[in-house]
Amino acid sequence: MARKIARAPLDYLNMPAMKAWLAGVFIFLYTPLMILILFSFNDSKANVVWKGFTLKWYVKAFENTQLREALFNSLLIAGVCTVISVVLGALMAFVFWRFKFPFKGPLESGMNLPIVVPEICFGVAVLMFFAKIGFPNDLPYPFNLTQIILAHVTFAFPFVAIVVRARLESFNPELEAAALDLGASRHQAFRDVIIPHMKPGLIAGGLLAFTLSLDDFVITFFASGPGTITFPVKVYSMVRFSVTPEVNAASTIIILITVLATVLALRAQSATTKES
Amino acid sequence: MSDRDAIIRVEEVSKRYGKVTAVDRVTLEIPRGEFFALLGPSGCGKTTLLRMLAGFEMPSEGKIFIDGIDMSTIPPNKRPVNMVFQSYAVFPHMTVFENVAYGLKFDNVAKADQYGRVMAALADVKLDHLAERKPDQMSGGQRQRVALARALVKKPKVLLLDEPLSALDAKLREAMRFELAELQDKVGITFVMVTHDQDEALAMAGRCAVMDRGKLMQTATPSNLYEFPANKFVADFIGSVNLFEGTLEVDEPDHAIVQSEELGGRIFFDHGVSGAGGEKMWVGIRPEKIELLKREEGAAPPTPEDAPSGCNVTAGIVRQISYLGSESIYEIDLINGRRMQVSRPNLSRWDQEDFTWDDEVWLRWHGDSPVLLQS
Ligand SMILES: Nc1ncnc2c1ncn2[C@@H]1O[C@H](COP(=O)(O)OP(=O)(O)OP(=O)(O)O)[C@@H](O)[C@H]1O
Ligand SMILES: [Mg+2]
Repeated sequence: MARKIARAPLDYLNMPAMKAWLAGVFIFLYTPLMILILFSFNDSKANVVWKGFTLKWYVKAFENTQLREALFNSLLIAGVCTVISVVLGALMAFVFWRFKFPFKGPLESGMNLPIVVPEICFGVAVLMFFAKIGFPNDLPYPFNLTQIILAHVTFAFPFVAIVVRARLESFNPELEAAALDLGASRHQAFRDVIIPHMKPGLIAGGLLAFTLSLDDFVITFFASGPGTITFPVKVYSMVRFSVTPEVNAASTIIILITVLATVLALRAQSATTKES
Repeated sequence: MSDRDAIIRVEEVSKRYGKVTAVDRVTLEIPRGEFFALLGPSGCGKTTLLRMLAGFEMPSEGKIFIDGIDMSTIPPNKRPVNMVFQSYAVFPHMTVFENVAYGLKFDNVAKADQYGRVMAALADVKLDHLAERKPDQMSGGQRQRVALARALVKKPKVLLLDEPLSALDAKLREAMRFELAELQDKVGITFVMVTHDQDEALAMAGRCAVMDRGKLMQTATPSNLYEFPANKFVADFIGSVNLFEGTLEVDEPDHAIVQSEELGGRIFFDHGVSGAGGEKMWVGIRPEKIELLKREEGAAPPTPEDAPSGCNVTAGIVRQISYLGSESIYEIDLINGRRMQVSRPNLSRWDQEDFTWDDEVWLRWHGDSPVLLQS
């Protein structure tokens, strides 16, 4: 009979079977992305066989004015959406954390609704809503992006609220009391003590809002007016004809942007959490 | 104590949370420059009272005056008091210097003077060499010093401390007791400290207020609390005590006698007491004020030195011994089954061997040892 060996949690990583399993998981997760990136450098129009290294698809993608516009729109939308979502989400989290009021429980669960409602339903709802209130469809650029921004904020800010709310749970109320005690007004205490504590949550929530907005397809599809296009929608329309390496190149750039944003956000977060 | 030198006056203050009365009609005066302790068991309302002094809670009834000014409408940031919180509440995103300087921003202190004042406050708590540290690089004891400096730099009229030593380890706690008392002496600011640790309160404070279930039980100097407790609660909470129920039998101006079934004997007081004859009362005798004598089979009881014969003497058997080095504590069963505690200093290196388990003993005490408690 084999002897049972007691292991510390990290010891399991030394087991060959466990290593293989881990490798399998990573391969499963990342192979599609790797292939996408790899073939963006492939010197062939078909996305099948490797023919040699080239950067021409990147050049081509950049020369595609529509794609460029779409990318710029997406970044603009995501940026504005992030700012609004962070402010709204933080305020909402603060209100639910600080105050007691009637129907707080149901309202707080209601806050999660945009997260659980299927995107397609949400998209249709947004479309119907804008049609019903007769939202102007012919605003000049960039105001014709308003609908998309509003729609994105609606589903993105609850994510910020949840992240910030969780962060606030770890706030020591005596810190605020200390600020008041030392002479700060409620306002100054909020600014000097509560906001710094919320910061990692604001950054993480903002990043979430940014990436959610950047890659949203379904809701954007319904919310966008005739003359507006975002990057995912544009890629979708390009893919409908054929998957050219140009799409790979454009997607690789998006991946790069999101990875960069994540790294920056994580850095900022670890810098602020180290303090507390 | 006249009104003039009371820095804090608490008048008939109550605080209710729904049905819970956290503080119940407390009236209290704290003299200027005192090291004052609020002492009581967990949940007795000490923190609530302290938070009302700081302004974080408003009294449901009653008034608080600080330096003669009614605090009813004054928010915490406008009160001439500062607080050291139980968690220290040092701002984690600021350096030690920034923490201490934070409160000065609101006092219109010129930038040029700020540096000097902060460094002086840090020097007072022996932290001037760590001014640029962040709190996460400091020990609990050091963070507490930051909290102290941060409060003292504002030169408050009163410094409030909520369980300042409870989060420190035993050794450091002991050292901080002296340091806090010294600091108070040096800065001359009135300190009001909340604690549930009676040793701490007795060791540090000039005066203590003992609270129980929201009510103020007694305010006195540490030695008066111990030697002249106002009631059973205080007698029992401060140190240990043997309590006996009895009735007042003799009540003369210069002596009194209480008959106690519980003790199985009579207790003589060599001084007059206030109380009515025949009334039910309690007598408290501290363990160290009882003398232990060997009891031989059939021998007559020892005569009390300063009491009529038959008083202040009782027989028992040693049941438990706790040897604590400097003293030994004996648990003695009386003839009628009541247990009593006697402590005995080990004056020589062999004293602990004088009595052992199941020894038959006499217990004897002086006429000025017991205290009479009406409630
Ligand atoms: N905000 C509040 N809401 C309701 N009840 C409260 C509140 N604050 C305190 N209490 C109650 O008031 C009573 C006194 O509380 P307080 O915190 O003053 O006790 P304490 O003497 O400081 O005890 P401890 O030694 O445990 O800190 C307790 O019964 C507590 O449950
Ligand atoms: Mg408390």
